[in-house]
Amino acid sequence: MIMREAVMLFLFLGGVLAIASLIAWALAARSSGAPSPTLVNLRQRINAWWVMVAVIGLAFLFGHGGTTVLFALISFAALREFVTLSHTRRSDHYVLLAMFLVVLPVQYWLVWTAWYGLFTIFIPVYCFLLMPAVTALQGDTERFLERVSAQQWAVMLAVYCVSHVPALMTLNVPGFEDRMLLLVAFLIVTVQGSDVLQYVFGKLFGRHRLAPSVSPSKTWEGLIGGVAAASLLGAALSFMTPFSPLQAAAIALMICLLGFLGGLVASAIKRDQGVKDWGHLIEGHGGMLDRADSLVFAAPIYFHIVRYYWTV
Amino acid sequence: MSSAALSALAWIITGITPVWSGVEPSDRQRIYFANHSSHGDLILLNACLPARQRARTRAVAAADYWGKSRLRRFIAEDLLSSVLIEREATDPAAKPLDRLVEVLDAGDSLILFPEGTRNMTDEPLLRFRSGLYNLALARPDVELVPCWLENISRVLPKGHFLPVPLLCRAIFGPPISLQPGEERLDFLERARAALLSLRPQRRGDPR
Repeated sequence: MIMREAVMLFLFLGGVLAIASLIAWALAARSSGAPSPTLVNLRQRINAWWVMVAVIGLAFLFGHGGTTVLFALISFAALREFVTLSHTRRSDHYVLLAMFLVVLPVQYWLVWTAWYGLFTIFIPVYCFLLMPAVTALQGDTERFLERVSAQQWAVMLAVYCVSHVPALMTLNVPGFEDRMLLLVAFLIVTVQGSDVLQYVFGKLFGRHRLAPSVSPSKTWEGLIGGVAAASLLGAALSFMTPFSPLQAAAIALMICLLGFLGGLVASAIKRDQGVKDWGHLIEGHGGMLDRADSLVFAAPIYFHIVRYYWTV
Repeated sequence: MSSAALSALAWIITGITPVWSGVEPSDRQRIYFANHSSHGDLILLNACLPARQRARTRAVAAADYWGKSRLRRFIAEDLLSSVLIEREATDPAAKPLDRLVEVLDAGDSLILFPEGTRNMTDEPLLRFRSGLYNLALARPDVELVPCWLENISRVLPKGHFLPVPLLCRAIFGPPISLQPGEERLDFLERARAALLSLRPQRRGDPR
């Protein structure tokens, strides 16, 4: 069964992207000579968005299974980027392998089987204790705390937090039993929409830098304009959720602010490691984590709010 | 076809991306010389070449390792069309250099790891053996393109057979060539410096 709301949402997204592509095309046609780097990047971003929306739409068509697999792959890409950037030593090999071959599959298996009790503690308790133990058993203490901390961060951000997106589908919201994908869509569209709107407002009106030493491109104008607009977008999307328009706006406001903080923390890590992007998987955007950092912070808290207030 | 499958596998695990900096992919005959720290090096470098050039490029691999079992021989010879040569030429009639010159004369390009063995030390790059110089002397028209393979030693450290998926890059640099009258050691040192200069510096790396 294809949900009417989902079809409407994807038509809406397609329309927005079509307009964005037209604007970028018009900007390119108006500029004489070679287009500016910003414009080239803008067009790359829009093209990548077409692909991303198509991929998410395809996953949605395959229902809960497709969406779970998609986010497992997103976790894989994000984990790979995070570990690549962190300091590892030869003696970390078994722990690193286990992160990809055990931690990630087990966490998504817990999502798939809706084993909530273990899903919430598997990484923060069991992996938290066992991973450094394995590292210690290897007998290599050089920069030990730095190495185990980076491993913890990697699985927490890239696996644990991201897995809360498909975990939404395991919640039991009365009247939404077979439509939980719409709550996933609400999260993705508002948080990612907020990223895009912050970029747009920042480029158009950005004057006052917010955290110049962490992320020079973030401005107060971009943050306020983007998050406010995304909250309105959330209210407009309330028709496909169990939330009232006001509730939807409040939730959107909160997850967009969290998304902003996620981007800020990700920028701080990148700056500390001396890189600009996490990778180059998504042209114009950077790596998977450059695109997903906001979702990473927003997903767990959105999950728990829905679970606390809307499930039985 | 099968080498395309191997390249796809390499991409899935390492997201391998070629970076052409100061040099472009070309049909010109070349010797790509790269740092060597893992058995995966061969596969990664192969995966970075455009399909047409991949078909005309053969890696130089050690017969004492890649010829040892049928599986290794299959990967090296059938999938990657490597040239297996003896590193320690016990039999003077084997003449590994002649084999390689033959390959060049057939019009193919080569991939060569001038360190001669996998680098297991903390040094970024070992001293070069003479093979690169001898080939450059024998066929001076062939372009010598340095290629720095980043991260692959972390993907597959010595003694392990399961790779950790980490992002890898292959950074190709401007070609060098043997100057008239250049001494062997001078040339090898210059080639080594050209390869080392491609190595990206990251915070916390050993210098």
